[in-house]
Amino acid sequence: MTLNGWLQISLVLGLVLVAIRPLGLYMAAVFDGHRTFASVVLGPVERGFYRLAGVSPDKEQNWLAYTLAMLMFSALGFASLYAILRLQAFLPLNPQGFDGVPPDLAFNTTISFLTNTNWQAYGGETTMSHFSQMAGLAVHNFLSAATGIALALAVTRAFSRASAATIGNFWVDLTRSTLYVLLPLAVVVALLFVASGVPQTLDGSVDATTLEGAKQSIALGPLASQEAIKQLGTNGGGFFNANAAHPFENPNAFSNILQIWSMLTVSAALLVMFGKMVGSERQGWALCGAVGAILLGGVAIIYASETAGNPLLTALGLDPAQGNLEGKEIRFGQALTALYVAVTTGLSCGAVNAMHDSLTPLGGMIPLILMQLGEVLPGGVGSGLYGMVVFAILSVFIAGLMVGRTPEFLGKKIEAREIKLAVLAVLILPLAILGFSAVAAVLPSALSSLANNGPHGLSEILYAYTSSAGNNGSAFAGLSANTPWWNTTTAIAMTLGRFGYVVPVMAMAGSIAAKKKGAASAGTFPTDGGLFVGLLVGVILIVGGLQFFPALALGPIVEHVLMLAGKTF
Amino acid sequence: MIQHFRPALVLLLLFTALTGLAYPFAIAGVASVAFPSQAGGSLMVHDGTVIGSALIGQNFASEVYFQPRPSATNTPDPADSSKTIDAPYNAANSSGSNLGPTSKALVDRVKAAAEAKLAAGWKAPLPADAFTTSASGLDPEISPQNALAQVPLVAEARGLDEAKLRALVAARTHGRWLGLIGEPRVNVLALNIALDALE
Repeated sequence: MTLNGWLQISLVLGLVLVAIRPLGLYMAAVFDGHRTFASVVLGPVERGFYRLAGVSPDKEQNWLAYTLAMLMFSALGFASLYAILRLQAFLPLNPQGFDGVPPDLAFNTTISFLTNTNWQAYGGETTMSHFSQMAGLAVHNFLSAATGIALALAVTRAFSRASAATIGNFWVDLTRSTLYVLLPLAVVVALLFVASGVPQTLDGSVDATTLEGAKQSIALGPLASQEAIKQLGTNGGGFFNANAAHPFENPNAFSNILQIWSMLTVSAALLVMFGKMVGSERQGWALCGAVGAILLGGVAIIYASETAGNPLLTALGLDPAQGNLEGKEIRFGQALTALYVAVTTGLSCGAVNAMHDSLTPLGGMIPLILMQLGEVLPGGVGSGLYGMVVFAILSVFIAGLMVGRTPEFLGKKIEAREIKLAVLAVLILPLAILGFSAVAAVLPSALSSLANNGPHGLSEILYAYTSSAGNNGSAFAGLSANTPWWNTTTAIAMTLGRFGYVVPVMAMAGSIAAKKKGAASAGTFPTDGGLFVGLLVGVILIVGGLQFFPALALGPIVEHVLMLAGKTF
Repeated sequence: MIQHFRPALVLLLLFTALTGLAYPFAIAGVASVAFPSQAGGSLMVHDGTVIGSALIGQNFASEVYFQPRPSATNTPDPADSSKTIDAPYNAANSSGSNLGPTSKALVDRVKAAAEAKLAAGWKAPLPADAFTTSASGLDPEISPQNALAQVPLVAEARGLDEAKLRALVAARTHGRWLGLIGEPRVNVLALNIALDALE
């Protein structure tokens, strides 16, 4: 670790910090239906969309109607994306002449983009036509993120309203998220990406004759537009197989900073928006504080572990001063690679600028843990906010148990029904991750996909289900995931991680919205101070993390010890 | 449930048209006017022929050139399409090695390469990037230490003065962006073009 490295990390996080308050307040204004500077241009478009869709923007929905609208939208999104992928050979903009995507891979990829996971069992440049990328995958980059924001808004309104029967209108929240937040940001970020060197062309590839006279076919495409929303929407599905490590997706230090900024800013700004909408900006910052504390801890461990290097390679004469460079690109440096790894897994982004499979054992364990904590640091666009609210509710519940008072959060009494639903939601992750991992670890057809032996092989299995159930999408990519077993089971894990989590959370939101809002008294546990932040961090680490410790001990921790002992597999 | 069908279908179609077609085409239109070179892939053209992209590494097999980092990219085996064969710097199929830190394949690969370089006169500590594959397999750059370590061999192969090559490497070394961000590095293709121009 160097001072320069920490300066780089601080600079990027500083750029995020200055952006989240203005963006958070802007989003609060947009979603409360106030006019903003963007209304002049976007207002007519918005109203036109409602007219064509037959939506009355003033008619609100209760939690069940809101959830059913979301499920119907997802079901149609599934049908259309699956059809596009299967039929891409007959659709336009296919300069490379790719065949249709096979059924199990198309199923997996469709679920993956629908759930904002963007797990990639395919290599983009060898599988997907430009039409599939633009009108298929990138559309769901927008819509799955907008759906996440909509769900987060429903949960926010459960606390901002008192004795309310409705929690908003899904179609309005979806439309506003896309038109007023994601699309304008994407246009600006996409143009900055092009300026920094990210291609944006409809050509499929160009043939070069190298200095030595060999042929090199260089894959191209409309990357910049996709790269922008992939980061802003915390999707993470790369245009190319190597994702944001590919020099076209992420050509230099500037684009690397823009990538990290884009994926972190919207999710963090949603926490500020939450505070503003529930009437206490301090509450939003308290949640940001808990996120920042855990995330920075993760960055420090990855950075320290990667710069310490791989002792097995140092023993062969390699310079330890450069750290572990297998699977990393020169232009990013160890510091901003470590930050990228932590941010992409603390969020449910899953874009990668280094191959996580080749990280040191402890450097690779942190992304696993950050995902297993429930992707709340600050989590995916929207999904992070409602995940964080679930943890906040569990925290006040535990605090309530300690002093024997009915727990309250933001003036709402938290009772048995809400706790049951919250626990139901948080049990989805261990069920999907540990359940599938246990089966895969003994199934020969699953094990034949592993690229690494020994404890690292177990880490590959664990990472695959952690990433898919957590709707992250990054991978220990040595695993050959494009097989019927992996395509099917990771798709089930992704579905459980998104919809199995959201439905109980929405039921909880409906029940909280209906409650009276009590005034704070001397006996109320304040949820915007340091004590609450500390408790929240503890609950996230213990409830979210401890259940995975035995699995981590058998994977990365054992591997670390064996690496120090000089053992290879 | 059925009353949700129309808004779901109509909004899906409208957003597909807006974010899936209008948005990428608009960005492509603006990019082709404002940043034509970047939008087209930062291609380098010599006498009307594309010789590569400034951003994409290419393979150099001959010792009269500076060598890029090892690359883990591959291509389908022409004899059996279910298998792959090594094809370094295949820019149509980016990929890392994905070998873990305790992988025997990784340690054996580095061991063989390191022993060969030490026998050719390199001194420990060896530049780590010369023995490790990049994440994309297309890393266009190497560290300045790596470039300098290669100077004696390239100088001998070309019959050039070492000091002159060291000066060339120094001139082609890019520092951190704004003196702060990223790492110092040397673009191998640009360095080798400058090397050819030297003679």
